[in-house]
Amino acid sequence: MFVIKYRKIFLSFTTILVVASFVLIFIWGLTPGIDFVGGSILEVSYPNGRPNMTEVQNRLSNLPIGNYSIRPIGDNNYVARTRFLNEDERVALVNSLSLNGSEKVVEERFNSVGPVIGEELKTKAYISIALVILMTILFIAFAFRKISKPVSSWKYGIIAILCLFHDILIPTGVFVILGKFMGAEIDVLFVTALLTILGYSISDTIVIFDRIRENLNLNSKSHHSKETFADIVGKSLSQTYVRSFNISFTAFLVLLSLYLFGGSTTELFALTLIVGVIAGSYSSIFIAPALLLALNKEEVAKKT
Amino acid sequence: MLKTRIIAVILLVAGIGIGLFLYNSETSPTSTFHFKLGLDLASGTHLEYKADTSKLKKSDISSSMQALRDVVEKRINVFGVSEPIVQIESGSFGNSAEKRLIVELPGVTDINKAIAMIGKTPLLEFKLLNKNYVPTEEEKKNNIVSKDAFIDTGLTGRLLKGSQLQFGSKAGFTNEPIVSLSFNSEGTDLFAKITKEHIGEVLAIFLDGQPISLPVIQQEIPDGSAQITGKFTAEEAKGLVRDLNLGALPVPIELISTNSVGASLGQDVLNKGAYAGIIGMIFVSIFLILVYRLPGLISVVSLAMYVMIMLVLFKFIPVVLTAAGIAGFILSLGVAVDANVLIFERIKEEFNEGKDNTEEAIKNGFSRAWLSIRDSNISGLITSVVLFWFGTSMVKGFALVLGIGVLVSMVSAILISRTFLLAIYKKNSGRFLKFLFGSGVKN
Repeated sequence: MFVIKYRKIFLSFTTILVVASFVLIFIWGLTPGIDFVGGSILEVSYPNGRPNMTEVQNRLSNLPIGNYSIRPIGDNNYVARTRFLNEDERVALVNSLSLNGSEKVVEERFNSVGPVIGEELKTKAYISIALVILMTILFIAFAFRKISKPVSSWKYGIIAILCLFHDILIPTGVFVILGKFMGAEIDVLFVTALLTILGYSISDTIVIFDRIRENLNLNSKSHHSKETFADIVGKSLSQTYVRSFNISFTAFLVLLSLYLFGGSTTELFALTLIVGVIAGSYSSIFIAPALLLALNKEEVAKKT
Repeated sequence: MLKTRIIAVILLVAGIGIGLFLYNSETSPTSTFHFKLGLDLASGTHLEYKADTSKLKKSDISSSMQALRDVVEKRINVFGVSEPIVQIESGSFGNSAEKRLIVELPGVTDINKAIAMIGKTPLLEFKLLNKNYVPTEEEKKNNIVSKDAFIDTGLTGRLLKGSQLQFGSKAGFTNEPIVSLSFNSEGTDLFAKITKEHIGEVLAIFLDGQPISLPVIQQEIPDGSAQITGKFTAEEAKGLVRDLNLGALPVPIELISTNSVGASLGQDVLNKGAYAGIIGMIFVSIFLILVYRLPGLISVVSLAMYVMIMLVLFKFIPVVLTAAGIAGFILSLGVAVDANVLIFERIKEEFNEGKDNTEEAIKNGFSRAWLSIRDSNISGLITSVVLFWFGTSMVKGFALVLGIGVLVSMVSAILISRTFLLAIYKKNSGRFLKFLFGSGVKN
């Protein structure tokens, strides 16, 4: 099994990617959206064609709403982002966008989140991610409680979690780049995507571990020559990687169509999931078995 | 064998029946089973208010919030919004004492109108003039009434039973409009107590934070009735009576979050989501048939039935569909395929190990794949539950759809795919059948 043979190369490659993601997150940082820090987004469309941007900017700069950003979207729309606006400020903003009524505007959407709610959601996001990880460790330790040779069951849990970190760090790193160059912001949908990746990646890893579990059982019952742990992992992997690839590819196909045709609301969501699915599939095939063998080797070394 | 085939036919007929039901219930305007669309798809306004409960006794908070909810709902119903949602929520994480009011108004995209509809309700308060308060020079000069000049009595519009418009005469004016108020039993007791203890003092009547009348208490009023005479016209008095009867806001509220989506944007998101779903389904079908041949084709049929079962569940539960929910549904197509692929890979292995008995190969394939399917689906369910809890309404939709998807996909893979596969196999597998059950990928 080439994956086992060249596992050091794959592990190094992964380490580079993970470190790169870390560096990106620390250097450029993530841009939190209004969901988490509070603020307002207003999208308006101009049925008779939109006025030019500098004209709109001139009007907005006169409003007492502090910093704002305005960005064209679609053919006839503008999206304005500001701090949390109260009702009067919103009316003033719409009025400015219509150039004091001289242009016809339609409010396509207005989304405004108070700072309290933002703070609350942020806490909830952290707790949710921690909760999923915790419950997953418990579940894996439970599901694999019967195999303790040659690698104890909790180590499967640890490796699954390491893979999880990999699987959410990579999309987050990609998102930092998107944020830097395309203005992508961390919102509730991004957290949802991360949590979905967590669930997805775990099930992918579990299927491979499950096969290792089955082959270990068969091997211990067999009266013929016993295989080494590395052989069993390799064998299990070759039995499951086609399935793993096919699943990821199907998920990739549906997500791709969501990304291409699903509209702007879920575009970045789909992209995050695509990166996560690829990372998840990669880590289940290339990282999890390699780590399992690495941990096992230490154990053997200690005994001798 | 015959039994399995009969079950397979029944499943197919049921599938067609469900399909017809879906089609009819969506096209018929009188059907009660239309999809429930979230505000981001159907257009509408979502408002979140913070209720100021600081002046209430702890034991009164929940009943006051309930009263607030009822009042706001009554207000909205007067304006004829279809299926509004008004609900109370508590803040979380150290904020749990904070009470919120969530208002969802489908179809209302004019935020001004929506906010006016809810917020215009008068807040009626009775306050005693603070005898010891001395206004500062600045306040005197600018004619400002300081907050400290009055003392809260706890008597508010919350304790009102009703109000009426009357016309009376006073000091030579005829037909002066008078708004007469009657308190409920709690209000009557409180009013009697205040008027008894503070004879000779000024009991100011505040409307929306402004003093509108400053009567002096002449004697104890035990019967719970009061009158506001003041500087308003007959028209204003009539409006005030109507608003008071619709219900004064029992608790002051402040808008903390707004989300409104216009009609064209919502429709656009819905169309694109549906389009993406159909394209995704076609991609997956082509892929499955190319790679898994006959079982692939069967899994496409069972996938189609999965989609229909999900859609029917959306109608019956009912699940409010949002953009995130549709994304979750599209993603769940992937989950639904997962179980099928696991099973097919196992069946293929059984053949590769040289088993010639097709039925045994299929049955073994299913039973061996079951453990993996169970374990990976449990972890999917864990995520769904956490997401549902995490949820803002948007994420809740996603989590609910994904969670239902995981459960239904297990059923569709284990029952539907299995029945169909067993229904079409031939006892003595020839090379052709092996080809059909094989796949292009060699291990």
